Order: sequence, then structure tokens, then C-alpha cells
Amino acid sequence: MAGAAVLGRLTWRVATVLDVRPETARAKTLVLGVDGWPGHRAGQHLDVRLTSEDGYQAQRSYSIASAPRQDRLELTVERIDDGEVSPYLAGDDLREGDRFEVRGPVGGYFVWRSDAAGDVLLVAGGSGIVPLMAMVRQRAEETSPVPTRLLYSARSWDDVIYRDELERLAGAGFEPLFTLTRSQPAGWTGYARRVDASLLGEVAPTPPAATFVCGPTPFVEAAASALVGLRHPPERIKTERFGPTGG
Amino acid sequence: MLDGNAVAGLLQEVFGTDVTAATGTCASCTAVDAVGAVHVYVAAGVVLRCPHCGSVLMRVVRSDKRLWVDLRGLRSLQLESI
Ligand SMILES: Cc1cc2nc3c(=O)[nH]c(=O)nc-3n(C[C@H](O)[C@H](O)[C@H](O)COP(=O)(O)OP(=O)(O)OC[C@H]3O[C@@H](n4cnc5c(N)ncnc54)[C@H](O)[C@@H]3O)c2cc1C
Ligand SMILES: [Zn+2]
Repeated sequence: MAGAAVLGRLTWRVATVLDVRPETARAKTLVLGVDGWPGHRAGQHLDVRLTSEDGYQAQRSYSIASAPRQDRLELTVERIDDGEVSPYLAGDDLREGDRFEVRGPVGGYFVWRSDAAGDVLLVAGGSGIVPLMAMVRQRAEETSPVPTRLLYSARSWDDVIYRDELERLAGAGFEPLFTLTRSQPAGWTGYARRVDASLLGEVAPTPPAATFVCGPTPFVEAAASALVGLRHPPERIKTERFGPTGG
Repeated sequence: MLDGNAVAGLLQEVFGTDVTAATGTCASCTAVDAVGAVHVYVAAGVVLRCPHCGSVLMRVVRSDKRLWVDLRGLRSLQLESI
């Protein structure tokens, strides 16, 4: 199955919305049913294609949030207000039974193998948590002992996607750490600053066996270069940039 | 700016298999990187650039039912054989 997920021709398939779950004020999880879905690996994404009545098409990538073994596929989409695609997927109009096209899973680089030895550092900015959550969920489902630390940067506590689940999964070698860059709730004891070399040096004093960094492009650039500056071997750092596409 | 992950689907159309985990050698500076890690710019077409020297590694343009691929900047591509 793992092999099948990266092999073969890509075809567009119809995805049916089975459920929509709000995560934060701006992000929603879409539970999808896709006939013939070949299975995926944690960290992979799919391409979504929307077609309007006049035939105009828009295509975007969305990471798969669910663990590989779950039979239902979950995406989590954060709404970008002036966007073309995300306001539809994460907006108020999408309903159970709605359909759109997807192809995938795609990507063989930004993937975590649960049989890989060594500790893992996950660094997320905003919706960059989505592919990392697939890894966290797979780790939990397989009761993997791999020591895993997550540093998740969000604007505020209310912007933290999967907040309750992350807190529930803490322990047994999984340590979620949060940094809230704009506002913090009263009595907040977590971090409250941008992800930079000093913060990463505290969170990962020694280079982990594998590091995955995901989020908006400027966030990924800053975090990855800070890690390299801290003498983490570049070949152990994998990055995925969500955009924006300009610049 | 994006990276090679963002065009995994497009490149799978071109090569028939995933190449984001494959490593490419830059023809200009000989740096070796996973295709998933190289820089990607999206405009009328897709341009992949070397993250070390900025040279164009690959360009892909779609028109109607054709894909046009320029691989001049890539000295070699190494895939894991399955
Ligand atoms: C490999 C990959 C995986 C992704 N996975 C996810 C995911 O799991 N969940 C998710 O919500 N998104 C994800 N994205 C981002 C997603 O593909 C879209 O770019 C995003 O939803 C915006 O699309 P849009 O059509 O709404 O906005 P667009 O119409 O493309 O853009 C509208 C405006 O918003 C700006 N903009 C675009 N993207 C961003 C951004 N990330 N941050 C700030 N401004 C932006 C643009 O520059 C433009 O000005 C992923 C991207 C990649 C490359
Ligand atoms: Zn180069």
C-alpha cells in the first residue's frame, strides 16, 4: 500500500463531503469520501480542482490531516479572505453531499516513515500544522515510541487548530509546545514570541534525527535558516512552503 | 515562492511517478537537492530554481492538452528504483 501511494498515473476522482467540522474561526476540517482512494502516507497532500458552471477551473494543494489508516480522508482548510478557493472550502456554504475533484495523494519528500529511527521535531506555523498532524496522529495510532516534539506557532490560543486533540495526545513521548505571537490568554505559561534561533535553540538543544517545518513561506524560510544556523545538519531538515505564491 | 512539494502533482503528470523525493543536480553550481526542496515560482508556467544559486532547473508550461518541459538546468535526476 505504501508503494501504491506513490506509484501510478494520477487521475482526478470525485470527493464527496461527508462532514464539515469547524476547528477555529477561520479553519474547517472537511471529511471526504473518495471512491478508489489508494491510501496515503503522513505528510502527503492532494490537489483539489473546482470547476464553475462556465467551465472555469481553479486548482490548489491541501495536505491530508488524517492518519494513513483512517478510511475517511480529512483536510483542514484555513480561509484566506480574498482567496479564490479557500473561502469556498472553509466557508459557510459547503455542505454534506457537496462534491469536487481531487487527485493524489502526491509528494514523496515531505513524508514521515513511522519505522524511521530517532527523535523528531515538528515545526508548524499556522495551517502548516495540517501535514504534521497526520504524523502526530499516525504516531499515536501506532503507539509509536518515537520521541516527538512539536513547536506550533499561532497568532492566539483561539487560532490553534486541533488544540484539544494535541493537548490530549501529550505524553508518551509526544510534547506539544505552543508559541502565541499576537495575544496570549491570562496566565499563559507557553512561549509568546516568533520562531527564531533563540526559541529553536531552547526547544531543540541538540539536532533531532528528523525535522519537518511547514507553514507560510516566510515562516518556513526563517525557521529553516535558524536551524541551519544552530548547526542542525541541513539534510535532516525537510520543509514545505504553503505560499503565498508571489515574492 | 513555493517549493517542489507544491508541484508534486504536476511533476507526476510529467514523469509518471513521484519525483519530489528524487534528487536533482544543478547544472550551474552542481548542488544536489531533493526536488521537493527546490524553490518554485508560479506564473504563466512553473519555474523550479536551485535554492543555492538561483539558476533555473526546470520549466513546465501547460497549453491546451500539452505539457512543455525544459530540463536544461538540470544536469541529472536520480530516482529510487522501485
Ligand atoms: C503542498 C501544499 C499544501 C498545502 N496545504 C494546505 C492545508 O492543508 N491547509 C490550508 O489551508 N492551505 C494549504 N495550502 C495552501 C493552499 O494551497 C492555498 O494556497 C490557500 O488555501 C490559498 O488559496 P486561495 O485560492 O484561497 O487564495 P489565492 O486566491 O491563491 O490567494 C489570494 C490572496 O491570498 C494570498 N495568499 C495565498 N496563500 C496564502 C497564505 N498561505 N498565507 C497568506 N496569504 C496567502 C495570495 O498572495 C493572494 O494575495 C497548501 C499549499 C501547498 C503548496
Ligand atoms: Zn545551483
